[in-house]
Amino acid sequence: MSAITTLPRRQFLQSSAAATAGLLIGFRFPLDASAAAQAAGDFKPNAFLRIAPSGRVTVIVGKSEMGQGVYTGLAMIASEELDADWSRVSVESAPVAPEYNHTAFGIQMTGGSTSTWSDYDQLRKAGAAARAMLIAAAAAQWKVEPSSCTTDKGFVIHAATKRRASYGSLTASAAKLTPPAEVTLKDPKTFRIIGKAVKRLDTPEKTNGSAVFGIDVKLPGLLTAVIARAPVFGAKVRSFNADKARAIAGVKGVHQVDVGVAVVATGFWPAKLGRDALQIEWDEGPMAGFSTERLRQQYQQLARTPGLVARNDGDANGALPSAARKLEAEYEVPYLAHAMMEPLNCVVDLSADRCEIWTGTQFQTVDRATAAAIAGLKPEQVQLHTTLLGGGFGRRANPACDFVSEAVQVAKAAQAPVKVIWTREDDIRGGYYRPFWYDRIAAGLDSFNNLAAWKHTIVGQSILAGTPFEQFLVKDGIDGTSVEGAMELPYAIPNIRVELHSPKIGVPVLWWRSVGHSHTAFVVESFFDEVAHAAGKDPVELRRALLAKHPRNLAVLNLAAEKAGWGKPLPAGRARGISVHESFGSWLAQVAEVSVSKQNEVHVHRVVCAIDCGQVVNPDTVKAQMESGIIFGLSAVFYGEITLENGRVQQRNFHDYRMLRMHEAPHIEVHIVPSTEKHGGVGEPGVAPIAAALGNAIFAATGKRIRRLPIRPEDLK
Amino acid sequence: MKLTVNGKPVDVDADPSTPLLWVLRDHLGLTGTKYGCGMALCGACTVHLAGDAVRSCVTPLSRAEGKRVTTIEGLSPNLSHPLQRAWIEVDVPQCGYCQSGQIMAAAVLLAAKPNPTDKDIDDGMAGNICRCGTYPRIRHAIHLAAKARGGAR
Repeated sequence: MSAITTLPRRQFLQSSAAATAGLLIGFRFPLDASAAAQAAGDFKPNAFLRIAPSGRVTVIVGKSEMGQGVYTGLAMIASEELDADWSRVSVESAPVAPEYNHTAFGIQMTGGSTSTWSDYDQLRKAGAAARAMLIAAAAAQWKVEPSSCTTDKGFVIHAATKRRASYGSLTASAAKLTPPAEVTLKDPKTFRIIGKAVKRLDTPEKTNGSAVFGIDVKLPGLLTAVIARAPVFGAKVRSFNADKARAIAGVKGVHQVDVGVAVVATGFWPAKLGRDALQIEWDEGPMAGFSTERLRQQYQQLARTPGLVARNDGDANGALPSAARKLEAEYEVPYLAHAMMEPLNCVVDLSADRCEIWTGTQFQTVDRATAAAIAGLKPEQVQLHTTLLGGGFGRRANPACDFVSEAVQVAKAAQAPVKVIWTREDDIRGGYYRPFWYDRIAAGLDSFNNLAAWKHTIVGQSILAGTPFEQFLVKDGIDGTSVEGAMELPYAIPNIRVELHSPKIGVPVLWWRSVGHSHTAFVVESFFDEVAHAAGKDPVELRRALLAKHPRNLAVLNLAAEKAGWGKPLPAGRARGISVHESFGSWLAQVAEVSVSKQNEVHVHRVVCAIDCGQVVNPDTVKAQMESGIIFGLSAVFYGEITLENGRVQQRNFHDYRMLRMHEAPHIEVHIVPSTEKHGGVGEPGVAPIAAALGNAIFAATGKRIRRLPIRPEDLK
Repeated sequence: MKLTVNGKPVDVDADPSTPLLWVLRDHLGLTGTKYGCGMALCGACTVHLAGDAVRSCVTPLSRAEGKRVTTIEGLSPNLSHPLQRAWIEVDVPQCGYCQSGQIMAAAVLLAAKPNPTDKDIDDGMAGNICRCGTYPRIRHAIHLAAKARGGAR
């Protein structure tokens, strides 16, 4: 979603979120309604902090924890300014309330690798305000000037009189004070928590089974539903027979909902058996004959026709035919499912005047508004609890609110609290994929082998088209998320033209970790490597020459090249490839070291990653997210592909939609460029460069150019 | 049907063909064991059945009758198992959803190979998928736990 971050959008998203459910905006949600954990005597200086008489500090986080470490990172920011004792800090998931809105997007959501910069200032101020109030309370008690007091690890200290008061002992008196209108923030040079590799707060509960994901939520009388979903996108139920399903022990009810037929039972297993026993006739609709092979041919034709112009520097159309040498290539990447380890699920407890929802979502405001509209309630009557997310990758930020909408419908029909669970097959076949992309790209070299012209034509579905965001975020027909990473090509080339075709196709698409960059980085950085080899230049040297005016690109390029030993000899059979890419406000370079066996098996031995993500809150989280992004990207490079035939998705589970496994994971080294610049993202950027780095390494090893993903054995022959 | 779960005898009223996973989660409330695929492909549901690592999503309840089952909740009462300590030391988990299965698989690996090589870890852990890509840290943590156990002996 990084393209979104460049557009003015606060009010746009606010109104579009409300438009989803046709409701007015500006609602307030009483915080206390959900702060059940709040006990008497707690000091609650603002929406983000709570300090108990025991001294326990709770940071209330409005961003969703899906593995990216946001609970820890955001808690570190508030704890720094509070001068909290990190060993006594916990995190609580926030209710849905305007206080927790994304500070740029204006709705409560987690996405676009934006959480740190969204919340950084506000959490520092929240911590500093609480600290000032605790100091004021202690100073009043000791009858000293507040300015003569200091704080350290959960204590207010008056050095002159050698007095110390724990934050816990001050909660009652601090709670009576008015929060200060202005606060003084620390000089970053004095930070004790921010910038340190402190331990994640959620690791212990994730190593003993006590962490609660949406799928783990328990309620009295809770039933489980599994839904028979359309075999073809857009298909509708014509008729169904549920006799066999109802005969299964444990099945409590069968209900038709928008997306199919739900079997509600006492647990997952009877619900699934019941679902499998349904006999359903579907109206398959216009997508019944759809195939990705035909889509590919259609895209290939489209890529040879002029599209909408996303960027036009100089005159690439004029310069290309007159170039001394012209290179042309076509690249393609498939539909991809997010395949989070925790399949989608949602718990709904609905009554006449209220609705309570427990789910792992990245899109709280929109989900709540949509649930309210379906339930016939006001958003204030819907309480949404964000659980831990067993992976998100964008799939749980769906403007269509699919997994929440259907669960409210099922609960309404079942008249009982219900947990809807998706099977893995439902997940793989359920759509909202990373779009299929087809790219045609050309470069012109002058008679001195200088890169004179670059033309890139992109074909693929718009993620934003058809959503409430389209009217605000698609500009002159260009969806920024379709061209991000291609439009901002940083290389000094006099003639650059980027064109886009956005065909409307009935396969639902969505942002998939790194969004547009997941294909543009592969295409641009692979093709640039083609150009370097064609021009007889070293890929690092040519990048250096054409990135002279981009110091942050240059710095990561040089760091990665140095750490990887670029240009130094390797064991026989091994080769390196490099790519450099900026996304989500972070600059990355990755060097992959590979070998290819005689049987055309690719082995990735080592990946070196350099990142400049501006200021760093937790360097270990940055490292973890780079490791994660690289392995996520490699799964797509080697295995990821969703295909359709006769309207049906051909894959169904992890045997035919494979993931990288332990023995395939390379050794990964991460090097962080020290920086005082604004925070960049880290959740997504690690994914983008790896495909090109790998493809370029394979070329260096074999002379075979990878122009489509996933890598096929025949492409290595 | 009678079995022993985490040291406690339990009597479960469920169809014998019900996968052990759903008996643990829906009948016994032990939700630390996760559903990921239902086809023994991802390992998120790994538990110990009479000391062996099994994929509980494809293990019928009948196979567990009269046997000892250990889930992540029963690995240690207080995060004291060397693997749990190592997991915390290395900060292995990201989303955390697969980690119960990873730890249970690693526990059986360590029981069989107290000092596993990288190849042993590749073989022993190949059945467990981590979508967040924590493999390098899992490998590191297993080595660390092996070392800690060696030191304790």
